[in-house]
Order: sequence, then structure tokens, then C-alpha cells
Amino acid sequence: MNKKKETAVVSGQRQIAEGIYDMWIKTNLAVAAKPGQFLMVYPRGAATLLPRPISICEVRHDENRLRIVYRVAGKGTAEFASYREGEPISVMGTLGNGFPLEDAAGKRVFLMGGGIGIPPMLGLAQALAESGQAESTDAAKESGQAESTDAAKESGQAAADSTDTKKTDGLTEPVSVHAVLGYRDSALFLKEEFERMANVVVATEDGSVGTKGNIMDAVRENTLTADVIYACGPMPMLRAVKQYASEAGIPAYISLEERMACGVGACLGCVCKTKQVDAHSHVKNARVCTEGPVFLAEDVEI
Amino acid sequence: MQTDSDTQQRNAVRIRKDAAMNTSVTIAGVELKNPVMTASGTFGSGMEYGEFVDLNRLGAVVTKGVANVPWEGNPTPRVAEVYGGMLNAIGLQNPGIDVFMERDLPFLSQYDTKVIVNVCGKTVEDYIEVVEKLSDSSVDMLEINVSCPNVKEGAIAFGQKPEALYSITEEIKKHAKQPVIMKLSPNVTDIAEMAKVAEAAGADAISLINTITGMKIDIEKRRFVLANKTGGMSGPAIKPIAVRMVYQAAHAVSIPVIGMGGIATAEDAIEFLLAGASAVSVGAMNFVNPYATVEIVEGIESYMKRTGVSDVKELIGAVV
Repeated sequence: MNKKKETAVVSGQRQIAEGIYDMWIKTNLAVAAKPGQFLMVYPRGAATLLPRPISICEVRHDENRLRIVYRVAGKGTAEFASYREGEPISVMGTLGNGFPLEDAAGKRVFLMGGGIGIPPMLGLAQALAESGQAESTDAAKESGQAESTDAAKESGQAAADSTDTKKTDGLTEPVSVHAVLGYRDSALFLKEEFERMANVVVATEDGSVGTKGNIMDAVRENTLTADVIYACGPMPMLRAVKQYASEAGIPAYISLEERMACGVGACLGCVCKTKQVDAHSHVKNARVCTEGPVFLAEDVEI
Repeated sequence: MQTDSDTQQRNAVRIRKDAAMNTSVTIAGVELKNPVMTASGTFGSGMEYGEFVDLNRLGAVVTKGVANVPWEGNPTPRVAEVYGGMLNAIGLQNPGIDVFMERDLPFLSQYDTKVIVNVCGKTVEDYIEVVEKLSDSSVDMLEINVSCPNVKEGAIAFGQKPEALYSITEEIKKHAKQPVIMKLSPNVTDIAEMAKVAEAAGADAISLINTITGMKIDIEKRRFVLANKTGGMSGPAIKPIAVRMVYQAAHAVSIPVIGMGGIATAEDAIEFLLAGASAVSVGAMNFVNPYATVEIVEGIESYMKRTGVSDVKELIGAVV
């Protein structure tokens, strides 16, 4: 069984911007969690019966810990914000498909996050950074058996640029990663963490930091280009990303949000319109919780 | 760290069913190992919750409504939370009977549980097409959805007028090989009258309640929360209404009544049995607790043990 509901434990929480909370959860669900997947988090009261879908920001497989960064948007999330270290928290996971990391191999990558769509991009940035390290190490090991350490280093470096060295059973690192982050104002939560793993470009709605405007304005102002896009954010942003990707002729993986009830694909509450007939529903509807939340932008009608 | 499924496994070991304890119930000649089933539309075709509970433990699985052809359903948002419950306006999205028979029915047939297919349609002919396609299948019973409040054609249109309910029940009974359960709407003036009409037209059992039509408005955006404007309300908040209606229906007819509406715990399920239900369905609470169905099976067993009830049938309609 991959999916479980369990009573986990809050291992720490702090507020990182107005209305934005950063919580670590000690949970067995961390074992199989991937960037782009989400948890259902259950409030305790009868006024808030349904679980809240919250994206996974970071995974520590070795410590059985997951991190969620969320915005207080109502009664349920306000309750979560009150939880202190050591308190129980009811969670179900891990849910959804996650981002396809392998499509970043050998590519120039945009990680685009808008508002509370920023946190899931951090886990992806980490995974891409780690895939690069894993590739170098693997290549070094393989080459090292037959050749000198210098050659191993070279082949490790070459892996990023050459498709010849791309392995089928592993990941190769991206050529470059630009995190394009859109904030409301100068409360740039998580920005410093992105800077350790990616080139960061910022847009703010009020123009207080970086480009005034949205993430597409930031891309234009900095004349950035990419071969593949991963994005999460509000719907107008995702529509702009889809259009940009279509014009540039590059794939864009976008993480969608929809009102959910069950989170496991049973209630059919959270569907999105698809271009083709979906394999599960046999109509042009895919379940955001199960077939998604990450979709290739050209496959969905948003 | 304690996982909820671990707790469930431990309980399963601790609460060994007494050899003398009989939890089976019979509905229209079909024997269920216990009175706990799933409510249509909250459990897919069993596959999704099969990851959480052992479907072999359930009395029956009632599937999501199936029509003669695939249905797109309603636009989103389709679900909203309300105090003690939720609203849904899915609009009976389904892949159609052919896909159901190729994919979902073989999956369910692997389990030692009864399979009840919920049938929906826009016209009487739609319903009959599904009923006939299922006639030679391994399906144990049919539940006819004449009570979904979220589609414009069919469904509830057949379930709110006594004459319409009579004629569709009679027509379906002519074509059905399996026992027919008519699923009734609470959105009527007199539930006892509707129960009597279904019985008079030949229904083998009735199930109730379907959801209660509701509405929610977002006061900041000044618009309806659901794209469909209205939705069906379910969840613990509707339980007292459901218990009352099950009581009234059970006293109006002699065919079995399947009770549902806000069941979250074994105590809730037992309330429905005492009110006159021969079996119960767990609906929206699957979304809140994916282990709810099996926990309710175990909870009924421990209640029987604690109160010295050797046959669950003793509970049915015991409060008059």
C-alpha cells in the first residue's frame, strides 16, 4: 500500500512571512514522497470536516520528515498554523504524480513559482541539484573502474552536456536551473534557499524587489530562455506559462489546484478539462489528485 | 508514530468475532456477511479505497452511478465544505457501462463481497440499457438512482413525483434480472408515500437518503461556491434527518430499507439499524476517514458483544 492516513507529529513550525507558515512533520509518509506530490492534512473540528490538500515543499527521506509551506486561507489552515512542536497532526499521503525529473536531463530549466506555488518548486530544485551530484558520482564510479580519476571527473562533467552519456536507469543533471519566483511584495519567503541551488530571478507585484510585474515579465526583462518549464502558481500565471511554452515550442509541466474532497480519486470532485479523452474517466476530465496535480500544459484546457 | 491502519490491524486481532455471533443480513434474497456497505459516488468502484481497507471485510460495495454512455459531469468547483458536512455537484460523471463491465466489474469480482451497481440515466431507456447489459453479469443487485439532485435531466426528476417513481420502478423491474433497490431522495414532502410507491411498483428494497439539496455563497466574491449553484449535502450534519426518514420509510413498507446519511461511526450505523434499516451505507465519511467502513464493521461487532446481541438482525427496527 502506497497511500496511508496516519497520525504524525509536528517536528517544528515557524512563520516565514505574513500568513505563510513553514512546518516540518515527522511521518512515515516521507519514505516514498517526491517533489510535486501533496498531502491531505485533516483539521480536527466539525466545522472543517474535509482534509486540506497541501503540496510537499521538501523531503528528508533519511529522517522521515516532510516539510510543508502553506498560506493561511481559512479555518483549517489557521488551525494548522497554531500547531506546536510535538503536537499530533493527521495526514494522508503521499498523493499525486509529482514532477517528472527525468525531463530536465541535459536541459536549461525554468522553475516557476507564484505565491504559495513557490514551495513545491523548492523540493524540485533540490532533487535536480541532487540528481546532478548522483550523476557525477555514478559516472565517476563507473569510469573509475577502468580509467583514471581525471577521466572520471571529465565524464562526470560531460554528462550534463552530452546526451550520449544519459543513462536510462538514472538521471542526468540539467545544464542550468533558473528559479523564477513571483511574490506579492518584499516578503521573499524561501528565496535564500533557492539561491543555494539555482539562479534566482524575482518579480514582485508591487515592484519592491526585482521586476515589477509577474514571472513572465521577469523572464523578458532578464532575457532568459529555457528548454523545459516546471511551474506552480495561480491559474492566470499558469495560463501565461502555457502560452509562453507553446510559443517557444518547449514542454511545460504545470501543477494544478482544484477543490478536493477525497484526494484519492474516488469522489471526482477535482477534475480538470483535458484535450484528449482521459484513460481513466473515458471523458475529457482528468482527476487533479490522481492523474495530476502535474500535467503537461498542452494536455489540459485551463 | 502510530498509523491509523496499524491501529485497525490491532483491533482486528483483539476483536475476534465470536463463533456464536451472526452479523449477516439478507436483502431481497442476497445474503451480506455484515450490514455495512459503501454509499454510491463516495467509493468509486472500490479500487481507490482498496488501498486503505480490505474490501473482503465489507457487506457490499455500491459503485459510483453508471449510465449507458460516458457522462462528463458538471464544471468545477464541484465540492464545497459546510458545517459538519459537504456539498457536491459532481453531476454523475462516469465512464459508461461498457468500460465499467470491462474494467471495474472484474476488479470487484476478485473480492468476497457483494457488488451493487448504482444505475443512472437521463431517460427510462438509458436505465434499461444499463440494466439489460448487467443482466448476465456477476452483479448481485442494482440500485436505481432516481434521486441525484445535480443533473438537469433524469435522476431526481424520476424520484420526486410519485407517478414518475412508480412507472420507472415498474419498467426497470420488467427488465432486471437482479433484485432492484430504488434509491430515494429526501427532497420530497412525504418520504413514507414515496417508499410505498416504490414498494407497490415492485421494488425489492429501497435505500435512503440521497443528498439534501443545498447551496453555499462566497460573500467576498459574491458568487456561488459551486459552479452548479446547488449541490447535494452529505456528512454528519444530515444524520438526524436521515435517521428520521429511514424510520418513517421502514414503518411504511415491508421491503428492506438500506439506511445512509452522515454515518461516521459504528454508533451511527447502529442508530440506523435500530430505526429500521436492514443495512447501512457509509458515504462522505470515507473522505474524512478512509478506514471508516471496516472500523464500523468492527465497531458493530464489539457493540453486539458488549450488549449481548448474538444476531445483528435483532437490532433491525428494535426501537419503535
